[in-house]
Amino acid sequence: MTNADWPLWEVFVRSRRGLAHTHAGSLHAPDAEMALRNARDLYTRRSEGVSIWVVPSAAVTASSPDEKDPFFEPAADKPYRHPTFYEIPEGVKHL
Amino acid sequence: MTDAPVTLGEAPLATAALALGDDALVLSHRLGEWAGHAPVLEEEVALANIALDLLGQARTLLSLAGDEDELAYLREERSFRNAQLVEQPNGDFARTIARQLYFSVHQHLLYGQLAAGDGPFAPLAGKAVKEVAYHRDHAEHWTLRLGDGTEESHARMQRALDALWRYTGELFEPVEGLSVDWTALREGWLAAVTEVVERATLKLPDGPQSGAWTAGAGRQGIHTEPFGRMLAEMQHLHRSHPGASW
Amino acid sequence: MTTMAPDAGAQDTTAHEAVFDAAVAAEERIEPRDWMPDAYRATLVRQIAQHAHSEIIGMQPEANWITRAPSLRRKAILMAKVQDEAGHGLYLYSAAETLGTGRDELLDKLHSGRQKYSSIFNYPTLTWADVGAIGWLVDGAAITNQVPLCRCSYGPYARAMVRICKEESFHQRQGYELLLALSRGTEAQHAMAQDAVDRWWWPSLMMFGPPDAESSHSAQSMAWKIKRHSNDELRQRFVDICVPQAASLGLTLPDPDLRWNEERGHHDFGAIDWTEFQDVLRGNGPCNDQRIGQRRRAHEEGAWVREAAAAYAAKHGKATA
Repeated sequence: MTNADWPLWEVFVRSRRGLAHTHAGSLHAPDAEMALRNARDLYTRRSEGVSIWVVPSAAVTASSPDEKDPFFEPAADKPYRHPTFYEIPEGVKHL
Repeated sequence: MTDAPVTLGEAPLATAALALGDDALVLSHRLGEWAGHAPVLEEEVALANIALDLLGQARTLLSLAGDEDELAYLREERSFRNAQLVEQPNGDFARTIARQLYFSVHQHLLYGQLAAGDGPFAPLAGKAVKEVAYHRDHAEHWTLRLGDGTEESHARMQRALDALWRYTGELFEPVEGLSVDWTALREGWLAAVTEVVERATLKLPDGPQSGAWTAGAGRQGIHTEPFGRMLAEMQHLHRSHPGASW
Repeated sequence: MTTMAPDAGAQDTTAHEAVFDAAVAAEERIEPRDWMPDAYRATLVRQIAQHAHSEIIGMQPEANWITRAPSLRRKAILMAKVQDEAGHGLYLYSAAETLGTGRDELLDKLHSGRQKYSSIFNYPTLTWADVGAIGWLVDGAAITNQVPLCRCSYGPYARAMVRICKEESFHQRQGYELLLALSRGTEAQHAMAQDAVDRWWWPSLMMFGPPDAESSHSAQSMAWKIKRHSNDELRQRFVDICVPQAASLGLTLPDPDLRWNEERGHHDFGAIDWTEFQDVLRGNGPCNDQRIGQRRRAHEEGAWVREAAAAYAAKHGKATA
């Protein structure tokens, strides 16, 4: 007998043109086509979206929170990447 | 006020509005019966979406013919103009999907023609055709999965297609007030349904598409037994409080 | 980077715990892959699952009236509402799954009685007015309970609740509007509305759970910021909100002891019959067997459908997991 448990999918919805797809939640579906339709019915029934992505949850590779420090800390000591690092004389515009 | 059945307008526009409106109303009601019983939660949401689309269409159409609630709640069985197909009980999920497939392909092509024309139903059909395209897509995807799924689902789906086949002929009986190429509609429907059914490894039934009791009968107010019970349930509360507002 | 389980390694639990406690104290959200105490995880799974189960069992008493709704407008509203409940169930199962427990396992626990759903849904909907009373009182109580959950310490639960609360406000309003139409309608309709309020008022108050003194999970949940207010606090808030709303409806609340207490700045209300609450909780409510029976039947009768779709996906190379 086939396993009746459907895999889990992550759903990303673009709420309107010009915005990125954002994670809306997850759902179960037997395959990608059905996942897309289920996502449409579930996550956009109040016209919340204009475009949907579905991704098998198993296909998502995530950074581990255990490695949070080595993974993200190095970026924190490079303030020169941010525009506020630089002092500009008052009155200089369009910079 | 509840004693005399509401009489139908004789104008062809009203006749057509009732035929289309009753189809949508009755099918919506049947789909509403699934609430809390669907095979998987995601499908609760999907079936309700379709039911809500159809109910919206029904309300617009019935309002063209009169007061939507008077028409829905105070007509007797013999005054309803829906095709017999849509009143057929839900049965198992395969039966519901077969009913959806037969009907939504029909409705999609019919509304497509109406939307392209310049008749009084063009604006409504133009809006509804998008909804119906989705209903059709839903039915086709499930037909494929049930037909080409397991041995059991295949058998159930084939039984469902066979059982409902005799109610499909009526869908192509001309309805007064609708300027539609009914021959083209039937051919388009047959081609589309055949394609899906065969892709689903199923067989299109080879029996007659209608019999003495189904050929255009629903449009004349001749319905099947389960329909009377459906109406009894649907109408009883409204009829129990004559003149009340809700 | 990819294969490490959240709690892999023999790291010091107390160090983890300190980070967790600090995050909760700082009102930061805990996210799925963060370390969290086992008991926190278990509490959340239990609570979110119970919440999700309540949504899908809660479809039944209202779906009971979809086919009998007395106008097409009411029918559309009710169908959309019951559909929302299925949707809310799905958002919540989705949140529970981030804690590592699959939906199938949760449904299995519901079907076998190992996990609970809100007792309120073990009461029957006897008349059309019950649909209104559920919207106004039951959804009203649920919203009072749920709004604080939008700030719950667990991120996915809080986010699901934000979405749910937005959608719930339509539920409560439609219930109120439905009752108002009945209350201002014919004599029979008014009586129907009053009867429904008489039957649903006390069970709604029980939805906030046992009195604080007897609530077994409350203290820890408050410390973890899963829960923000005590049962009694929320119950009082709900009573205070309902009293003027009932007056506007032209309906009375069935409690002779209900009166404004100037000193407290709140309404006093009568004693709740906790024996009934416990009895319904133990399975002796009017609809316990019926509700779980229908749920189980839908699941069992749908098995062949779910299997078919999975088989199709496997055959056509579309399966992923």
